[in-house]
Amino acid sequence: MHPFTYHRPATLADAAGLLQSTGGVGIAGGMSLLPVMKHRLATPSALIDLSGVAALTGIAAADGVLTLGAMARHIAVANSPVVAASIPALAALAGGIGDPAVRNRGTLGGAVANADPSADYPAAVVGLGATVVTDRREITADAFFTGLFATALEPGELIVAIRFPVPQAAAYAKFRSQASRYAVVGVFVAKFANGVRVAVTGAGPSVFRVPAMEAALSANFDASAIAEIAIPADGLNGDIHAEPAYRAHLVSVMTGRAVAAASAA
Amino acid sequence: MELTLTVNGRKVAVDVPTDMLLVDLLRERLGLTGTHVGCDTSQCGACVVHADGVSVKSCTMLAVAAQGSQVTSIEGISGAGGRNSLHPMQQAFHENHGLQCGFCTPGMIMSSIDFANRNAAPTEAEVRHWLEGNMCRCTGYQNIVASILAGTAAMHATGSVEAA
Amino acid sequence: MGNITGIGAAILRKEDKRFITGRGNYVADVKLPGMTYAVFIRSPHAHARLLGIDASAALDMPGVVAVLTGADLKADGVGGIPCGWGITGKDGLPMKEPPHPAMAHGKVRHVGDAVALVVAESVDLARLAADAVVVEYDVLPAVVGVIDALMPGAPAVFEDIPDNLCCDWEIGDRAATDAAFASAAHVAKINLVNNRLIGNPMEPRAAVAQYESSTGRTTLWSTSQFPHVVKLLMGNFVLGIPQHKLRVIAPDVGGGFGVKQFHYAEEAVITWAARRLDVPVKWVSERSEGFVSDAQGRDHVTEAEMALDETGKFLGLRVSTVANMGGYLSTFGPNIPTNLYGPLLAGVYTTPAIYCEVKVVFTNTVPVDAYRGAGRPEATFVLERLVDVAAAQLGMDRVAIRRHNMIPTAAYPYQTPVMMEYDSGDPTGCLDRALALSDWDGFAARRAEAATRGRYRGIGLATYVEACGLAPSRIAGRLGARGGLYESATVRVHATGDVTVLIGTHCHGQGHETTFAQIVSEKLGIPADKIEVVFGDTDKVQFGMGTYGSRSLSVGGSALAKSVDKVILKGRKIAAHLLEAGEPDIEFADGKFSVAGTDRSLKFEEICLAAYIPHNYPLEVLEPGLEEQSFYDPVNFTFPGGAHVAEVEIEADTGTVHLLSYVAVDDIGTVINPMIVAGQLHGGIVQGAGQALCETAVYDDSSGQLLSGSFMDYAMPRADIMPNMKIVTHSTRCTHNDLGVKGCGEVGTIGSPATVMSAVVDALSPLGITHVDMPASPNRIWRAIKAARVAQAAE
Repeated sequence: MHPFTYHRPATLADAAGLLQSTGGVGIAGGMSLLPVMKHRLATPSALIDLSGVAALTGIAAADGVLTLGAMARHIAVANSPVVAASIPALAALAGGIGDPAVRNRGTLGGAVANADPSADYPAAVVGLGATVVTDRREITADAFFTGLFATALEPGELIVAIRFPVPQAAAYAKFRSQASRYAVVGVFVAKFANGVRVAVTGAGPSVFRVPAMEAALSANFDASAIAEIAIPADGLNGDIHAEPAYRAHLVSVMTGRAVAAASAA
Repeated sequence: MELTLTVNGRKVAVDVPTDMLLVDLLRERLGLTGTHVGCDTSQCGACVVHADGVSVKSCTMLAVAAQGSQVTSIEGISGAGGRNSLHPMQQAFHENHGLQCGFCTPGMIMSSIDFANRNAAPTEAEVRHWLEGNMCRCTGYQNIVASILAGTAAMHATGSVEAA
Repeated sequence: MGNITGIGAAILRKEDKRFITGRGNYVADVKLPGMTYAVFIRSPHAHARLLGIDASAALDMPGVVAVLTGADLKADGVGGIPCGWGITGKDGLPMKEPPHPAMAHGKVRHVGDAVALVVAESVDLARLAADAVVVEYDVLPAVVGVIDALMPGAPAVFEDIPDNLCCDWEIGDRAATDAAFASAAHVAKINLVNNRLIGNPMEPRAAVAQYESSTGRTTLWSTSQFPHVVKLLMGNFVLGIPQHKLRVIAPDVGGGFGVKQFHYAEEAVITWAARRLDVPVKWVSERSEGFVSDAQGRDHVTEAEMALDETGKFLGLRVSTVANMGGYLSTFGPNIPTNLYGPLLAGVYTTPAIYCEVKVVFTNTVPVDAYRGAGRPEATFVLERLVDVAAAQLGMDRVAIRRHNMIPTAAYPYQTPVMMEYDSGDPTGCLDRALALSDWDGFAARRAEAATRGRYRGIGLATYVEACGLAPSRIAGRLGARGGLYESATVRVHATGDVTVLIGTHCHGQGHETTFAQIVSEKLGIPADKIEVVFGDTDKVQFGMGTYGSRSLSVGGSALAKSVDKVILKGRKIAAHLLEAGEPDIEFADGKFSVAGTDRSLKFEEICLAAYIPHNYPLEVLEPGLEEQSFYDPVNFTFPGGAHVAEVEIEADTGTVHLLSYVAVDDIGTVINPMIVAGQLHGGIVQGAGQALCETAVYDDSSGQLLSGSFMDYAMPRADIMPNMKIVTHSTRCTHNDLGVKGCGEVGTIGSPATVMSAVVDALSPLGITHVDMPASPNRIWRAIKAARVAQAAE
């Protein structure tokens, strides 16, 4: 790693100030940032460790909304009775991220801000139509993820919390890479009173919705409703593990599985 | 940067560069070479230790992030019941031939103890799923799984379980 | 009798405690005063001319000790890395053997080829300094695949080998095989690829070297499976260090699997740097570095055909393989796809005529050498896949066609048409038990039930034979080995009767400290905890060829048994003197020397004491002390064999293969420790299942970049891909070593790829699929299912 200065502020204001003054980057669990720093692919001059900022923690549900602090670790979300009672699909998703040691350190905010194309949380954020709350504003899920490792966050802008509307039913179905165990394709399906949302991670450069499936499932929340909907392979990711046509096929399969799981729950 | 923490029950005060990883603090500064490095993509789990009671990959945690923490490595888990006594999980790995070359073993055992702390009566499938972050190239995992099932039972039977 | 730590006892391992308490001592744990840290700069290009290296910015950084290059090696007269095996082609000429510089000069020939070494006061500093070194390349077109490499006009890896052909090798009787095909009622054919693998022992390679100028002594700590051979090769052929001034230590080594059984350039460069700079130098490979610098395995493209008569009897086998050597010849490289492959193609069958030709080819990829199984899994895969294809073609049952062609147990010893004489075996017995244990006959119901869940279920089997216990030196010499393949062991009996064994093999997980102690325990009647096994230090141990080719027990153990016998022989002479009896009347049993037919006896410990305190001792005819050494050279290979059965289910919609059960019945000869044997089988089977299900090294065809260059993209088997395996031994004794042992380190890896793929193909057989290449990854299986459905719909 290249040398850097390290700061561990206790308040959100201090964290924001340090980000401005140092031009550094925030570090939450470090599960994505530290590996790229170890390979010297990222060389920040300062790290602002957010783990001491109490305002970034907390898990609470009220009025049909589940609010998770940005520093909510995956293990905390997976084991939270509050999450289990409101959006169990989200607890299950968090419990399936990475491996146990990663879940003990990794955080919601870190995962969402990093916007890895094969990360799980972006599917939930978009699939549930969540709102990303930062230290400057609120950003809707649909506006948040803008591309490969790219978000609407401005330099120095910090995610404080994410508000997830509680759906009537939801499930996340993931097809894991044999090697990395990241999602080759992961589909989050959520059924709300006003319709169904389908968000796909892993398949494209960034998480995306599938309007045709959402319309079909809004009309009939059953896997059979999407049987005839083909996903075009154009623009989907291709690598040594999965060609674009296979990923397109998996979107359909995983959506079907998520719908079945959501219906069974 | 000045850093104080507790390692294997001993208070430690060290001056470390900010870019030092926890695994390097343990191995290079404190001479605790039982924690190993087997990859550079945070996947193999040879470096797993406990920070404040839960398993973490010490290759993917800054030493300075352990400020004020209780860190336990493989060297710190035996001896509680006498000078030469093994932790029940260590004993289970021995009795079930849960290791061959020994390189992944410290991380496996530390990860397994975290597992046992959370699971009183696990199934084989749960153990295999838990080991997603711990690779072994020698054993084919079969005897590791047997070791963890036996070690978990022994930990619960002997009251060596800690709340995670 | 009644020895609870002798042969056959499943005693717990003596070596465990240091590993489970974190007190192992691996090379990366070595710390020396004044130690410096080294990082290699490696080529990012698969093929390029090296135009220049500018290290000035790095050398200006405080704490940077040196930047050394291939030119410095050349200036110091450092030799190239030698190849340990020279094969001979069809034309009777030796293989092409281009130079293998320890760091590149002139050209780089694969991504990861080392071009410079940076030495600094810390490893972090060395890495930053390495980033500051500017290396200028003139990038050349690269060649990756073996078929491409043989095409006219392909880029030449070495200018003076324009066709990239290292050797065109053959074995068997071509005319007899052609005749068999001419008279055949049926010919079954298969084209297949044996996918390239990366061994990935969990401990990355490492080397630490220290030079003491005051004594002229050099010490190298290396993650090696054969420290004595490194000492000889590196000392004598590369660096010119006199053997008595060089010590090589391979301490605890975290897995080998063949990956650590070669003399690597890095250990020579680190040793050279420590001597040149007169400071201790440490290098520990990063995993991503290991992906492009550890020798890799397999990588064959094969066409094979079997001639059969109308009853399904095998008449002839013809195999044509192209095998990848990568960018340089590694220590055993050329031996693996030739001598360890062609002679195994008879398998356990009576095929009377076999001909195999192998083109051994250079490409711009990481060198290829032995990886667990080494040549024998490839041979088994070709043969067993072909037998399955033949069965399908003839409409025969896969079991029936094998039984029809199996070597009858009574026919052993059995001479095959491809060099090998199998000394013992019971292939039919192994098959019978494997079928029974796997409930082969009940499979149809399981398949039908799976179909109701949208899953294709398949059952597969494979038989195999392995040639191991490497190796009879005379035969190996004829085949091109440039060294002997014996093993040595010293038994040092202390005055108290405790025993230290000094053995030339190396243990990196196999449990030798326990297994070898059990052999001594059995023979001397003393408990295993009174026996210490020492290996891996050339200053302590006499000499040895190391551990690979499942040789440690059958060759090393036999040397050990011989030394123990010598100890007993000398003990009898001492006992005869002390008991005032004739030597022929002295019996040794249960740790006691006694006079036959009397109650007069002396304990082993009393004899040992007398040997070291020879007050009452036949000094005129016998030397004091009790220490014996043996060098054992086997008269033949050993031939473990067996039958494996696997069952899989395949998700029709995703192509995911689930391995549901695995049964292995193996004939490994005498079992010393059944617990350790089962562990070896478990690990071996999973490595083979890994090849079948997920592992594969993928290079970009045009750039030569390794696309599977980390655990993010190279799929290592995890705990959740395996079911609990059922391991059974069904042993016949090896007839040419006293212990009757054959070896068990590689058998799992040899049998399992063919077994798993037999099950995968069986699952897909309702779709008309007869072969799928490895690995059976979800994408590949999905594509195969899709193509088969299109084909079926078109019919």
